[in-house]
Amino acid sequence: MRIGTPKEIFPGENRVAMTPDSALQLQKLGYECVIEKGAGEAARFSDQDYKKAGVKVVATAAALYKEADVVAKVRPPEDIEIKRLKKGQTLISFFYPAQNAELMEAANNKGAHVIAMDMVPRISRAQKMDALSSMANIAGYRAVMEAGNNFGRFFTGQITAAGKVPPAKVLVVGAGVAGLAAIGAATSLGAMVYAFDVRPEVAEQIESMGAEFVYLDFDEEQTDGAETGGYAAPSSPAFREKQLAKFRELAPEMDIVITTALIPGRDAPKLWLADMVELQKPGSVVVDLAAERGGNCDLTVADQKIVSDNHVTVIGYTDLPSRMAAQSSTLYATNIRHMMTDLTPEKDGKLNHDMKDDVIRGATATHKGKITFPPPPPKVAAIAAKKPTAPEPTAQEVAAAEAAALKKAGTQQTALLVGGGLLMLWIGAYAPASFMQHFIVFVLACFIGFQVIWNVSHSLHTPLMAITNAISGIIILGALLQIGGNGFIVTVLASISVLIAMINIVGGFMVTRRMLQMFQKS
Amino acid sequence: MSIGIVTAAYIAASVLFILALGGLSNQEKAKRAVWFGIVGMAVAVVATVFGPGVGGWSLMLLLPLLGVGAYIGMVVAQRVEMTEMPQLVAALHSFVGLAAVFIGLNSDFVGTHGLIGAEVAIHEVEVFLGVFIGAITFTGSIVAYGKLAGKIDGKALILPFRHLLNAGAIVISLALLMMYMNHAGSWTLYLMLLIAFAVGAHLVAAIGGADMPVVVSMLNSYSGWAAAATGFLLGNDLLIVTGALVGSSGAILSYIMCKAMNRSFISVILGGFGGAKGPAMEIEGEMIATDVNTVAAQLMDADSVVIIPGYGMAVAQAQQSVSELTRRLRDKGKTVRFAIHPVAGRLPGHMNVLLAEAKVPYDIVLEMDEINDDFPETDVAIVIGSNDIVNPAAQEDPNSPIAGMPVLECWKAKSVIVSKRGQGTGYSGIENPLFFKENTRMLYGDAKASLDQLLQSIS
Repeated sequence: MRIGTPKEIFPGENRVAMTPDSALQLQKLGYECVIEKGAGEAARFSDQDYKKAGVKVVATAAALYKEADVVAKVRPPEDIEIKRLKKGQTLISFFYPAQNAELMEAANNKGAHVIAMDMVPRISRAQKMDALSSMANIAGYRAVMEAGNNFGRFFTGQITAAGKVPPAKVLVVGAGVAGLAAIGAATSLGAMVYAFDVRPEVAEQIESMGAEFVYLDFDEEQTDGAETGGYAAPSSPAFREKQLAKFRELAPEMDIVITTALIPGRDAPKLWLADMVELQKPGSVVVDLAAERGGNCDLTVADQKIVSDNHVTVIGYTDLPSRMAAQSSTLYATNIRHMMTDLTPEKDGKLNHDMKDDVIRGATATHKGKITFPPPPPKVAAIAAKKPTAPEPTAQEVAAAEAAALKKAGTQQTALLVGGGLLMLWIGAYAPASFMQHFIVFVLACFIGFQVIWNVSHSLHTPLMAITNAISGIIILGALLQIGGNGFIVTVLASISVLIAMINIVGGFMVTRRMLQMFQKS
Repeated sequence: MSIGIVTAAYIAASVLFILALGGLSNQEKAKRAVWFGIVGMAVAVVATVFGPGVGGWSLMLLLPLLGVGAYIGMVVAQRVEMTEMPQLVAALHSFVGLAAVFIGLNSDFVGTHGLIGAEVAIHEVEVFLGVFIGAITFTGSIVAYGKLAGKIDGKALILPFRHLLNAGAIVISLALLMMYMNHAGSWTLYLMLLIAFAVGAHLVAAIGGADMPVVVSMLNSYSGWAAAATGFLLGNDLLIVTGALVGSSGAILSYIMCKAMNRSFISVILGGFGGAKGPAMEIEGEMIATDVNTVAAQLMDADSVVIIPGYGMAVAQAQQSVSELTRRLRDKGKTVRFAIHPVAGRLPGHMNVLLAEAKVPYDIVLEMDEINDDFPETDVAIVIGSNDIVNPAAQEDPNSPIAGMPVLECWKAKSVIVSKRGQGTGYSGIENPLFFKENTRMLYGDAKASLDQLLQSIS
């Protein structure tokens, strides 16, 4: 079968869904690769490079759509591209089926199968084809670059002969993939980075990237990101108030603010309000990665850079990955290639659209003339659900519990002693003196036994059993005393007893010795 | 020898026995402690043989008996494999039980000459009790031996109304005791003997394989009480003292074992595994297999390794390979330690003995409490043939049958390797979520074979 990649027709889109490298890999899967003339130009992949990699270059998009069985591209198809689709053709691209219902309908009417790269479920196995993450990574990095480009100072603090330069302070709101990438880029440039996220469990990730997690003092049961497949969920109004208050507190200090907060299936939450921008120092920069969905910042205008009245630059570019087309094309093409690998388990160049596979099922928007969106929830949870943990007992509680246990043990012991004493008295009242003498010995021996055995080292329990076994052969004394007694049967039984008790004694002691000699110190 | 000298010898023997048990508090002292026990026993036997009460002619009979017994004991002790220790201990217990039964029966034959009033009643109770405990110890130990040696199916035998059966047997035995004391004749004693045999066999048969450490220590305790009962019967203080020492030792061991499994002593004795209180927690994830080369690479990268052996290591006779692996890793400067759960294996302290046999130094063999806190800093935890003792369900799933049992928290290590024969569940039949954890890799196959292959990659 043939995989074709057309030139992106969306204005300003520089990425391309196939690179010469990915084409080589696709050919190993048994596919022939086709590309539209000039498709990789904007990402600095020339037609010559593609030809060298064995890719057929066709002159027009129309010809490409005609030749290819699978069309791989970046942006969701435009109307004209939908028209070019043919029955049975598979389209792999970003699609956003939740927002593009009509587009999906149109593609379905054409009889095309649509695999939406943005719908790949977030499970470990599918990470290699998670294009949203790989694009977010680039966006996060690029956001820091854009900020630096518009920021009039260094990121890192320096003390030079010409004076002291304080380090830039960067606040990253939303520690998803993009946020974490931004944290990484900003810290490696030397800035002091602070990060905030509504999911408390990402604090560890934030700190691992070298930023400081901005804690909110808030007791409400916070939702665990695991329930929503690792994405953030809308927060309560009270929580939001706290959060905004914290941001207001931070705003005057922050030189660069990068907002990446998105909630799946909703408009971006407004988190950096107009008054916060006013509080910022002149020359500060806000980069809003959520601009496409309305922006996290009040002032954001999608695809534009604006400067506020107090000279704060607010950047709302929505094409950050496209601005690094060579890098993002490489990663995206690799994501596509991994998707194809999963679709071609036999490596025979034939598409096996296995709707039982969680990942493929999840990403498929239309299949065989039916709209298959939304997919059922994946069988494997993205992140293991966190178990509610019991609150740690305080030191006082522990002490109180210990005291109570001690008291209880004391009471028990006293009760036991009193009870035992009464029992003794009762027995003593009836039993003859000869019995009581033996009984005293018995009780004392039990006590000594308990005291002595508690000290036995755990690792010596088996030798202990063997030696007590040998010692319990002392029963031989009873048999010895009876052997001279009257009667044949008595003698026979006593003789047998002597024999087996002796086996016991010698066997027990010998085995104990053997075992103990094996214990060696290193 | 006069009675006075014999008594003095008995006192010496008692003191030596106490020293012998007390000496087991550490490995170095223990080697001397055995000698205390041996000398004590020799003193006691010699004093009795040459003391009053043993007729001169019976020496002719005694000496060959003692000689043959000693020879058999020696041969058995030298031939036994360390992995067969549980069976041996159980078998030896049965001897004590049988001897106690015989001595009790003899006392019945001899009768109550020279006793008066309450002494007669007490003597009769002592006979009955001695025979009863001895009989239970005898058949119980035989069944335990059969289970441990694999000659009887190790699964718990659950008869209908089993508690009722046991209770009924005890009630009948009590009734027989009353009749015996009222001079109904010796047949009551024999009937009770049969009932006690049945009870002993049934008690142990009802206890599943994983509870075997408790059973063995319980039988150990019984054998002590049987000796003590015989001591009362014969009015011999040394028997009483020794029996009491052994009895309390076994009782404490049983208690420690039960504590380690978070189960009440009663429920273990009555047998069967405590039923689940609700549906078991769903296990997420899948078992991921690994191979020897990957494990070797992991071990080479690791700084600290903890090995958790279980009964499976004993079955596969893998202790020598484990020891060799330990030696090689230690030579490379890695920290290697062993984590031993109190109920690992089929006998208290079973793993310690096996590792000692394979010359693993005992100071790197640690108890659960000593090592549990160290798992988060451990790079690789290797689980060899253990299952329930590393089951996180004990902490995470309140509905699990083993909920609340203290376990080795090996899943907190950075990675866990489980050497296991197949995908089945452990002795208790409980699914183990450890095998499904993200940082767990399964090394399928016979433990010894796997380790030997591993050794080839780690030189």
